[in-house]
Amino acid sequence: MSIISMSNLYKTYNTGKVKVEALKSIDIEIEQNQFVAIVGPSGSGKSTLMNIIGCLDTPTSGNYLLDGEKVGRFKPNRLAEIRNWKIGFVFQNFNLLPYATAYENIELPMIFNGLSYKKRKKRVMELLERVGLADRAAHKPTELSGGEMQRIAIARALANNPSILLADEPTGNLDSVAGGSIIEIFRELHRDGATIVIITHDRAIADNVPSTIKLKDGVIVDSLN
Amino acid sequence: MSHAWYLLRLFISDFNKQRKKIGLTVMAIAWGTVSIILLLSFGEGLKRQLVAGTAGMGKGIVVVWGGQTKKAFKGLPPGRRIRLKPEDIELVKHRIPSLEDAGGEYQRWGVAISHGKKVISRHLTGVTPSYEELRHHYPQQGGRFINQTDLDLKRRVAFIGSAIAKELFGEEEAVGKIMMINNIPFTVIGVMIEKNQMGMYSGPDEEKVVIPLTTFGMMLGDTILDVFIYKPAKMEDSERVKREILRVLGGKYKFDPEDEAALWMWDTIETTKEMRAITLGVQIFLGVIGGLTLLVAGVGVANIMYVTVRRRTKEIGIKMAMGAKARYILVEFIIEALLIGVLGGFFGFLLAGVMVRGIGILIDSISQMVSEDVAEAIAFLGKPVISVDIAVITALILLTIGFWAGFFPSRKAAKINPAESLRYE
Repeated sequence: MSIISMSNLYKTYNTGKVKVEALKSIDIEIEQNQFVAIVGPSGSGKSTLMNIIGCLDTPTSGNYLLDGEKVGRFKPNRLAEIRNWKIGFVFQNFNLLPYATAYENIELPMIFNGLSYKKRKKRVMELLERVGLADRAAHKPTELSGGEMQRIAIARALANNPSILLADEPTGNLDSVAGGSIIEIFRELHRDGATIVIITHDRAIADNVPSTIKLKDGVIVDSLN
Repeated sequence: MSHAWYLLRLFISDFNKQRKKIGLTVMAIAWGTVSIILLLSFGEGLKRQLVAGTAGMGKGIVVVWGGQTKKAFKGLPPGRRIRLKPEDIELVKHRIPSLEDAGGEYQRWGVAISHGKKVISRHLTGVTPSYEELRHHYPQQGGRFINQTDLDLKRRVAFIGSAIAKELFGEEEAVGKIMMINNIPFTVIGVMIEKNQMGMYSGPDEEKVVIPLTTFGMMLGDTILDVFIYKPAKMEDSERVKREILRVLGGKYKFDPEDEAALWMWDTIETTKEMRAITLGVQIFLGVIGGLTLLVAGVGVANIMYVTVRRRTKEIGIKMAMGAKARYILVEFIIEALLIGVLGGFFGFLLAGVMVRGIGILIDSISQMVSEDVAEAIAFLGKPVISVDIAVITALILLTIGFWAGFFPSRKAAKINPAESLRYE
């Protein structure tokens, strides 16, 4: 069964008099343990697609099934739950809470999930170990390098064992060495069975990812499996 | 990280970012709290002063004067005078068990009172021993009030008001001295305590000379009580006791218990109730004024929270992406607004407590410096008093304003679109 299944999906922004069709007739199938890159120039609808995949936004029409659930018509509270349980976000600019420590940032999704302090602690330590930053638990984001911040963000994305990991230009703010190590972590996670969707316009990354979906002007122009 | 600790840290980090603004708002809340508490506690002080003042004449008593019937009754025509006699006191006490006590007095104006060469003309009353409790005729230290033995033996003893004592004896000790009433020697057995008396008939008690009822009767020949007083055991029984008094006395003097004119009754319980209603009204009025001050401060809190919501838009987006429900965002911001309110309220309570105490001390020292008339006027205003009620009411107003000041900005925060807010810089 597909984890992500989109058919004839449209997203239209209605800004007063002008209607902007950001996505047109999108059909996507992403299977369990697939590693997919979504590429395209800016303005091609990548971010809109990512927002809809990540349940931050809902499509104007068409079907979107996530893990077999028709999430396209869910109410905000239900969408929040879906994001909490099934989606792990990694952003270009990390989006860590500045006043919280690395530990607390990773803990955040588990608090929203209602996990006990004990369970949270165990999981946070596990994840810190996984991204190789166990010694940085008490550090604030400002005390970490870009690569370290992104690794903390990945650990946070993994907190509630999501169905998919959704990364938006994860190496965009990093130098090539740090970026390479982040991609390496994604590869390892993929090897261990994770489903990953990465949005990028970095050719070097896209070429090394098994599948790519190419977007242009809101339409899929090329789909490589 | 525990929720509470996390929220507190959020608040602190927020506080640091808009320190000046939050500081000013906390001060505004504190000031609003101070004004509410001060206004209410002045109201409370005034109320206590009024209650104490009305109690100066006696607490929960009914003063009765004989009247003239207006209705025909059992073959008797209207227009008969009803005159109460000393034996009626024992009669009502015997017949009405729900009576705490009763008493009566004879009165005479312009009686010559003298001590040594000092001669004055004053109001003389002959009373029953029950006046000590009924009419708050409490003696100062070293003296006593008229007792049953004085009455039985028709002793020539006098209990005098504090103003009389000052006039006749000056700074000298009055108790034990001999004074002349209508040229008959009386021994002073006690001086009344100084009391703040607002309710009165036939002048203030401090200007009266009081002797045993029987002595008065023997000396001046009175047999009809000028005033009769009774007190119900329970205040809430006053209506029922009043009906019984009318029934018993009506039975004896043959008048219709429904005849309003047969006896004139002054029910101080009713007066006290009215007084309470008036002072409550004054307090509500003062409270509303204070509340408005606090409301303005509440607008300040709401303003800060709106700024905070806008500044933290991105953070709200991050939390929503991580799966925070609208409810969580809502509660977070409301708690923050409440924290500002509580912080301001805390300082306000502290400041108000200090000010109320300070004003009390100030009033005391001013009263000692100024003339007696001015001091009396100040005493009438009363001192501000913080009661538990005031504290609870103020805290409730604070929390309500804090909640609503937080609610509207928080609702705005909770409605933020996560996809848009993540793009927000």
